[in-house]
Amino acid sequence: MNARDEILSRIRRALTAAPPATAAPATAAPAGAVSGAALVGAGAAGSGDVIALLADRLVDYKANVRHCPAGSVGSVVGELLAGATAVATPPDIPADWLSAWTGTVLRDGAPEPLTVARLDAPGVAALTGCAVAIAETGTLILDTGPVQGRRVLTLVPDHHICVVPASRVVAGVPAGFAALPDPSRPITLVSGPSATSDIELDRVEGVHGPRRLDVVIVVDAQ
Amino acid sequence: MRIALFITCVNDLMFPGTGRAVVRVLERLGHTVEFPAEQTCCGQMHANSGYRAEAMPLVRRFVDAFAGYDAVVGPSGSCVAMVRDSYPHLAEGDPGLAAAVSAVAPRTYELSELLVDVLGVTDVGARFPYRVTYHPTCHGLRMLRLGDRPLALLRAVGGIDLADLPGAAECCGFGGTFAVKNAGVSGAMLADKCAAIAATGAQYVAAVDNSCLAHIGGGLSRGAGGGARPIHYAEILASEGAQ
Amino acid sequence: MTTVDRGSGHIVTPLPFPRYAARELGDAQLRTNLRRATHTIRDKRLRVVGEVPEWEALRWAGAATKDDALARLPALLEQFEAAATARGATVHWARDATEASAIVTDLVRSTGTTEVVKVKSMVTQEIRLNETLAEAGIAAVETDLAELIVQLADDAPSHILVPAIHYNRGQIRDIFRARMAGVDPDLGDAPAALAEAARRHLRAKFLTAKVGISGANFAIAETGTLVVVESEGNGRMCLTLPETLISVVGIEKLLPRFADLDVFLQLLPRSSTGERMNPYTSLWTGVTPGDGPQNVHIVLLDNGRTATLADPHGREALRCIRCSACLNVCPVYERVGGHAYGSVYPGPIGAIISPQLAGQDAGFNRSLPYASTLCGACFDACPVRIDIPRILVHLRQSGVDAKRGRPSAERTAMRALSFLMRDRRRYAAALRAARRGAAPLRLGRRRDTLRRLPWPLSAWTTSRDAPLPPGETFREWWSRERA
Repeated sequence: MNARDEILSRIRRALTAAPPATAAPATAAPAGAVSGAALVGAGAAGSGDVIALLADRLVDYKANVRHCPAGSVGSVVGELLAGATAVATPPDIPADWLSAWTGTVLRDGAPEPLTVARLDAPGVAALTGCAVAIAETGTLILDTGPVQGRRVLTLVPDHHICVVPASRVVAGVPAGFAALPDPSRPITLVSGPSATSDIELDRVEGVHGPRRLDVVIVVDAQ
Repeated sequence: MRIALFITCVNDLMFPGTGRAVVRVLERLGHTVEFPAEQTCCGQMHANSGYRAEAMPLVRRFVDAFAGYDAVVGPSGSCVAMVRDSYPHLAEGDPGLAAAVSAVAPRTYELSELLVDVLGVTDVGARFPYRVTYHPTCHGLRMLRLGDRPLALLRAVGGIDLADLPGAAECCGFGGTFAVKNAGVSGAMLADKCAAIAATGAQYVAAVDNSCLAHIGGGLSRGAGGGARPIHYAEILASEGAQ
Repeated sequence: MTTVDRGSGHIVTPLPFPRYAARELGDAQLRTNLRRATHTIRDKRLRVVGEVPEWEALRWAGAATKDDALARLPALLEQFEAAATARGATVHWARDATEASAIVTDLVRSTGTTEVVKVKSMVTQEIRLNETLAEAGIAAVETDLAELIVQLADDAPSHILVPAIHYNRGQIRDIFRARMAGVDPDLGDAPAALAEAARRHLRAKFLTAKVGISGANFAIAETGTLVVVESEGNGRMCLTLPETLISVVGIEKLLPRFADLDVFLQLLPRSSTGERMNPYTSLWTGVTPGDGPQNVHIVLLDNGRTATLADPHGREALRCIRCSACLNVCPVYERVGGHAYGSVYPGPIGAIISPQLAGQDAGFNRSLPYASTLCGACFDACPVRIDIPRILVHLRQSGVDAKRGRPSAERTAMRALSFLMRDRRRYAAALRAARRGAAPLRLGRRRDTLRRLPWPLSAWTTSRDAPLPPGETFREWWSRERA
């Protein structure tokens, strides 16, 4: 028998010899607890409370947060790029996000994909949007969809600027996953800059991923 | 209400004063306590050490000895936990025994459960003018979920000076045969527990289980713990003044 | 009794737990390091768990989802295989550690490379993959900071999440200074400086590696997706930059639906690093043209998992998501550390799954279920409600039952005690005898304890005095006063 058939038959034998209890005391969940969906994070997507929570959680994990109206993204990005040598972007980056940037723009796939070596050059920053942001955990989800590009873009440069429209901010983890259109895309959850808890189990920021994470939350003009 | 005392074998031989204290507290509250003489041992040491076959006759014996009472009260968190939490597992596959267990186990209480939940009492009219710290034993804390009950009873004791125990929820290192099979680790845990007791400046360390207290007391009598002495909390509840 | 196929690899302790424990207890620095780290993470975990009012419901949901997946495992594995294959992945199956390591080694060999970068993974430690690769002339570079520390120190991991938990910052600095090529000789011990040194050390390897090797935290049957949860970005590097990616996945990692991640990505980070969410989580489904590895392999591993599944009283251990919360709250682990367990899986979960995966007859695995006071802290911390104390007792019982044919002083004593306690008269007589036997010991004593007991009870008096029975048993008092 090949390994596949043998493992499957071992499992069937194990389950047939002692079928799983349907409602054993150890696994019987209290009513309403069988699905975690919607258990956590009830606030309305994009509401002021949810935006404030996202900012609080991002800052808590050492990301820098800026709020601005849609018309000011370009100038805020320009300020955040001060000192950068070049900015790497996905091909579909909105032109007005770069309106105040006069330096080099490395547009991925236009025409060639950017090389790792180019992205690893000193001073390169990455600028992207995101698919959705989860307030409760301070998480940005990138799924290589619109204005996000390939995974390598937000991985190799040491500085990532992520522009998050308020309408994309949801309260909790279940709503975040539910908002993803296609689970089979490469998906990356980013919660703060790269960090480690490997020294004395305490968190310190800055290892292999981008050590600087700036989040620009685009709020509607009041 | 017919209340049966489940003395436990360790208390019967080594700590009879705890049993007398339970009787005194309940009688002071106007209850009659019966002592089913057929009781011996609940089988906890056997079962927890892996000797299930040796434990089973003791499980059967227990449910026979205590059948028919309204409440069974034991001054030991771990023995009561054995009956309430482990007996149903041990009885699986034996419908007769399972039925007997389901009749007795839910009515088996640790003393504080009987007093607070069943009899609705927190002030048992005791007086104990000493500084006391309370160690919530693991089986009382995490199996029986006694929560605040023993402390609520102790707080109502006249003259008592209760001190919080640092790291109270941490195990003292007893663990039944663990204390012998892994004596080194057990001793390391005990040393930390004794140091925490010493930091309270208490004259007594109280708990719901004499087996943990024997282990802690064995460390305290070697000079750790700043002169504190072990005492079962039932004896505090039975006390009516200076010792 | 049907036979089961046990696992092999680094899940067998070569010495009894008490022997290792005695060695580790003698290391005062180790005890200080462990105490500091475990107490730090305990406080953090309590704080972030306290933020979630639905925590208990989430634990129940996590347990129920895992149980459901295990009950339908053959169908889910086939579904996973079909979905991943449809997206361009190649799925392999391995019965045990040897077979899995051989599959991975052949795959690496076929690329022609002699160096691979690895994401931290328990399962590749379990199957001794690095050792097998080394025999084939392939260097496996561990890229997780703690794994790197352990690899540079030529040491063994001592924790599921933080394999270098037994070192403090000063020791880590010393290891880096002594063993890391090209390191700044004046490197300090600030954690940020140590992290920076690891970044510099590994950068070139990430950017040039041809093959990445990972495990997976979750595998989604519905979509064929794998999930890796990490912090540093080393995982993203290994999962994104190489041309070839090989992931070894225990068959118990299956979750039925993509939406099940909701629950587990709430449970895992809070239980493991005490964070609301870990810095990076990567999900990938087969091959994505133009983005990431274009050769994607998945090795589905049994290695004792089906044997564990065959035991209805112990199978819930397969719910484990390797968060390590049980290690961090365990008073025994805190005193002895992970090396005392002799397996890549230490702590309370290791004390059950090492004997479950490899069997109790393997090495001294039978000693592991006794490495616990049954204090219950592990069960309370477990995000998927594995009743570890109950399984510890169950394994003690099946271990004792398996050895009933052989003589044992302990069993003789247990039998004798059980015999005495089965009859009231025998029991009362024995109590009387014990009390009378102790009476001479009290003569002339001002204390009611003994400093030294004869063997085998001398193990009690190595660290504490023994109490003496008083002059009257309770039942003697009762019959005198009340009967």
